[in-house]
Amino acid sequence: MKILVAVKRVIDYNVQIRVKEDGTGVQTDNVKMSTNPPDDNAVEEAVKLKETGKAKEVIAITVGEEKAQETVRKALAVGADRGIHVKADSYIEPLGVAKLLKKVIEKEKPDIVFMGKQAIDDDCNQTGQMLSAMLGWPQGTFASKIELKDKSMQVTREVDEGLETIEINLPAIVTCDLRLNEPRYASLPNIMKAKKKPIEQLIAKDLGVDISNRIQQLKVEEPPKRKGGVKVANVAELVSKLKNEAKVI
Amino acid sequence: MPALVIAEHDNLKLKTFSLNAINAVSKINTDIHVLVAGSKCDNVCKEVSAVPLVKKVLQSDSTNYENYLAENLTPLVVKLADKYSHIVASANTFGKNFMPRVAALLDTSQISDIIKINGPDTFIRPIYAGNAFATVKSNDKKKCITIRPTSFDPAPTSGGSAVIEKVDAVDVPNISKFIKKEETKSERPELGTARVVISGGRGMQSGENFKLINAIADKLNAAVGASRAAVDAGYISNDHQVGQTGKVVVPDLYIAVGISGAIQHLAGMKESKIIVAINKDGEAPIFSIADYGLEADLFEALPQFLDELNKLNTIQK
Repeated sequence: MKILVAVKRVIDYNVQIRVKEDGTGVQTDNVKMSTNPPDDNAVEEAVKLKETGKAKEVIAITVGEEKAQETVRKALAVGADRGIHVKADSYIEPLGVAKLLKKVIEKEKPDIVFMGKQAIDDDCNQTGQMLSAMLGWPQGTFASKIELKDKSMQVTREVDEGLETIEINLPAIVTCDLRLNEPRYASLPNIMKAKKKPIEQLIAKDLGVDISNRIQQLKVEEPPKRKGGVKVANVAELVSKLKNEAKVI
Repeated sequence: MPALVIAEHDNLKLKTFSLNAINAVSKINTDIHVLVAGSKCDNVCKEVSAVPLVKKVLQSDSTNYENYLAENLTPLVVKLADKYSHIVASANTFGKNFMPRVAALLDTSQISDIIKINGPDTFIRPIYAGNAFATVKSNDKKKCITIRPTSFDPAPTSGGSAVIEKVDAVDVPNISKFIKKEETKSERPELGTARVVISGGRGMQSGENFKLINAIADKLNAAVGASRAAVDAGYISNDHQVGQTGKVVVPDLYIAVGISGAIQHLAGMKESKIIVAINKDGEAPIFSIADYGLEADLFEALPQFLDELNKLNTIQK
């Protein structure tokens, strides 16, 4: 069994976002970048399947600028076998990313594709679902548990009402929730070893798919600032304020 | 061209968030059709038909649509899409699951989780966990949109009499099947629509301690929420999670207990009208957005809170 894991480089989840004054986007210069958090869970799940002998090969792939390779390198350091970097110089919408991934999948023919359920930068929550529709594959989105069977897998999904379990045929796309597993840290020796693992570079615009963006970003602005309020001295004062000042209870 | 809203329901009743979606669409298109795909969903169709903003209900009945499997629902929506300018659903786990499939097959770039509509092709949506708002314009002919339900009022539910038209079910790919759903049953209001929400975080220290929160929730007729840390730690089930990848809530009153205020949590609650924070760490970021902050040990404060509430003659429900 062969597994492909898609990872994305995003602004680290701990960074306080600053909107650019000219309204063209958010500050990314000298800002700490990391792998999109649920993508770490995707890598972990793939590596676990390899360790238990269920998967033979794990390939990590990313789409993005030169530095996006760092996320692939990190996946290699925790156990992926080889990497693919689809180089793109500017932002590509999930629709375009899904088309690029499809192109690679047609060549690599993985049995499962893991990726995070949502990227914490554009918060789109689309790529996995789009990719699986384009391939005609089933999807297990927002997965917090998977159980591999012979030619299918059971996926437990986190949905609004609680948990839903579905069974999907392989090949399939799984988009991972943060609760799917506990991503490991790469050890120093493994980080060193990962430097020798191959990363194939492809050029997005040479892959023969339409990756043009359809959505124009007209403006990015700060949301209305919420003013901090007051500190109350004790519970009695709190309840009194909620009753008489805010009038919410 | 009319707009098509995909209704969410459990085959018996319509889910409220579909009403928010209907109302949102009415800002740009008054010719609204609603697709009710399900199994024995006549009652849902009647309910939708009574919504005055709806012009036509499309009913497609098949056991294949009983559980909303995205693989089964998508071909039906794609087939209908030809006649519509906008395809719309709520941005909850229902809409998020199937809409990108529809968009991909229509070769359209989906606009996710919009909070404001500026025109037929221009929308505002939060990015970076709501730390920036992007105004975006779609250049696709057809728009596939998910709307953030809490940013739009629900459409009125009575007085309408839209026609109900039967639509044939479409072949499904048979690549996925529903096994089970474990729903958390609760007498309390739903988290997404509750007037008051009280949430616990890592500071609760155990699932058992959530009884302190539950007691106050019962008194205030509040829904119970939680931070990701509390859910990750197993104190409470995932359907209670408020935040960037959990639920977004906009109650009149949000009480955060033992929650430090990580960016991803704030993304789910900072639009609440009144925010109360109870935390023993006076430096916790949650205080910077709280209208009323109480620096206290929650294990002392919560029982006192309940006592004080018991002293009140009346409490809003």
